[in-house]
Amino acid sequence: MPSVGGRVRAGIARAGGKRVPALAATLACATAALGLTGCAAEPDPGTVTVLNSATDTAEHTANQRFFDRCAKPLGIKVEQISVPADQIASKTLRMASSDSLTDILELDGSELPQFAQTEGLRPLKEAGVDTSGFSASATSLGSYDGVQYGVARSVNSLALIYNTKLLEDAGIDPPRTWAELREAAKKLTEGDTYGMAFSASPNADGVYQFLPFFWSAGGDEAKLDNGKGEAALQLWKDLLADGSASRSVVNWNQQDVNDQFVAGRAAMMINGPWQVPVLSAQKNVDWAVAKIPVPEAGKDAVPPIGGTVMAVPKNEDRAREKRAGDLLNCLNSEQNQLQWGESVNNVPTRASAAQAYAEQNPKLAPFAELVTTARSRTAKVGTGWPIVGDALAGAFQSVLTGRTSPEQAMDRAQQQASAGK
Amino acid sequence: MTTITSIAPAASTGKTNSKTGRAPRRQRLLRWLFVAPALTYMGLFFGYPLVNNILISFQHYTPKTYFTGEAPFNGLDNWRAVFANDLFGDALWHTLLFTVGSLLGQFTIGLALAVFFSRRFRLSGMVRAVLLLPWLVPMVVSAVVWRRILDQEHGMLNTVLHAIGLAPADGVPWLSSPSVALLSAVLVNIWVGIPFNMVILYGGLQEIPRDVYEAASLDGSGPWRTFRSITLPMLRPVITVVLVLGFMSTVKILDLILALTSGGPADSTQTLGTVTYQLSFLQLDFGQGAVVGNVLILISALFAVLYLRANRADFGKGK
Repeated sequence: MPSVGGRVRAGIARAGGKRVPALAATLACATAALGLTGCAAEPDPGTVTVLNSATDTAEHTANQRFFDRCAKPLGIKVEQISVPADQIASKTLRMASSDSLTDILELDGSELPQFAQTEGLRPLKEAGVDTSGFSASATSLGSYDGVQYGVARSVNSLALIYNTKLLEDAGIDPPRTWAELREAAKKLTEGDTYGMAFSASPNADGVYQFLPFFWSAGGDEAKLDNGKGEAALQLWKDLLADGSASRSVVNWNQQDVNDQFVAGRAAMMINGPWQVPVLSAQKNVDWAVAKIPVPEAGKDAVPPIGGTVMAVPKNEDRAREKRAGDLLNCLNSEQNQLQWGESVNNVPTRASAAQAYAEQNPKLAPFAELVTTARSRTAKVGTGWPIVGDALAGAFQSVLTGRTSPEQAMDRAQQQASAGK
Repeated sequence: MTTITSIAPAASTGKTNSKTGRAPRRQRLLRWLFVAPALTYMGLFFGYPLVNNILISFQHYTPKTYFTGEAPFNGLDNWRAVFANDLFGDALWHTLLFTVGSLLGQFTIGLALAVFFSRRFRLSGMVRAVLLLPWLVPMVVSAVVWRRILDQEHGMLNTVLHAIGLAPADGVPWLSSPSVALLSAVLVNIWVGIPFNMVILYGGLQEIPRDVYEAASLDGSGPWRTFRSITLPMLRPVITVVLVLGFMSTVKILDLILALTSGGPADSTQTLGTVTYQLSFLQLDFGQGAVVGNVLILISALFAVLYLRANRADFGKGK
């Protein structure tokens, strides 16, 4: 939907007086966009355009503040075109086919390989983007085939968020191993409150939440039937069989999980730092963050790394690519990353900035630490991720609803993943 | 046809036509001119996407295509891949159950309400207006509300059913059990579809002349006999319209299911619509997505033909 961009541009046109043609162009574009071709507006050399999913007003404004801060010294303007997150991919493709791509694309990390494969993105080094000093997981999030195409300003992951009062009352420390998790969840289940909540929905939310268990157990997304991932399925199944988690988890997305927690119907939950504003705004539940429990004591949790990466589409006018690169360099300075991370509750990707972030936000420190061991979903399977993710969702859904055993589920998932290639 | 001849002054009657000679061509041209806007519209908005969709189903059509414009033809590869996928068979079956179930429920309840409201009584208009509400609510909003109502632990439906002793203590797993979820989706869709059925059928009932009913009652016909021998046969053309339109909007259902269950649990609510969406917009394999889309189009086309034939038969009989 070009509405936001359109509104911004129309605003400029009205204020400027002289720039009425810009309004006319926008209107012409809007009309053309209704047709089949879309519209390739004449790009303004002093403006860098960004396609992102900041449709929320607060997010849009925050973004613009950081963009403007960097744009001023570079002598440029930055214009955002924001569409809902699930429409970024199709919007990008439509823009690509009408040769009207923005100068910077903000894609979800899990979608980057599919766009890098089109050869429509410029390797960041060639666009003059400094890619040194980032955490290994963040670099891998933006890479395809060993080349970095996208840079993440901040990343997120998952952790165990718990209700401090309920755990204190029951005399329980936050669980660190799976055995402790099962036991704690059982003890904390009482009346209307379940011990544990997580999302097992058959879409990206559920898959993202399954990964820390799957990977920590030794599961391999490139070889789903390697015999290790079953343990994670078994754990989820046990939590439901014990009655420690609701059977509705197969429908809950991450938002639903948070709602349950805030309503006091779950003592512990798996969730990400993007819930922090909601959690901080409510008064009834005191919460804290712990690492995700691991299969055995002493092992490291392997959570997934998530977030968006900014990429530079190839442009005939190389000067535009260069300007986009300059903007990215500024956005990713240590100070800007740190402030950006704090404003969106995500962890900065420069190792030094991440450390400063952990020190300044002790409550969210577990997230900052997790990011160093976190793993990118697409590092191993690249463009095959959507199919692998789907196969994994099929596996935990059929186990949780009692249709198949964990072993059968993983065998079938591997079959699906290899058939889809 | 009659309008065209009356508008063209030179060709106002058949006799002058045969004499002038130039008129028929002009008349033909005029006819096409009148049809042209509709044809252009159909070609642009139905023909082009349709042909394109068929072509894409034989092409390796990926994100790369949008950047390079290259979409190599790959024969039947997409079709083979889709038909080999277990999910396709399941989705076809679910779509059938969903469509038949929804239509049956929507239609019978819609008809019952229409008959009920066709008698005049106080507040009838107001109650009818209230019954229209489900039609006005956006599909995604209804789905989200229903998701709460159908929640196994805290949903209103289970609370009520339990209170009157119709549900076990731990509730009916409306959306969390693969064997119930499709039924729940059907129930929600019935709720969504009742107003449409009711309004159209109500309109049809108003068309039936009152004196036919009077004659029937004079002949001593009871309510059931009247309904079977007068209402149903006279309503037949409207019933065809309602069922065919209902079929077409139900068979391609997507938003309701995505918002209600996302196709889960364990793929038990996947339909052809959700599979197309998944293939095209999540896996970005537009070729395979187009295959499923084509299957949907084929099914709809089949019903459109049936509908046209049924309608033609009606006209033939009536006039």
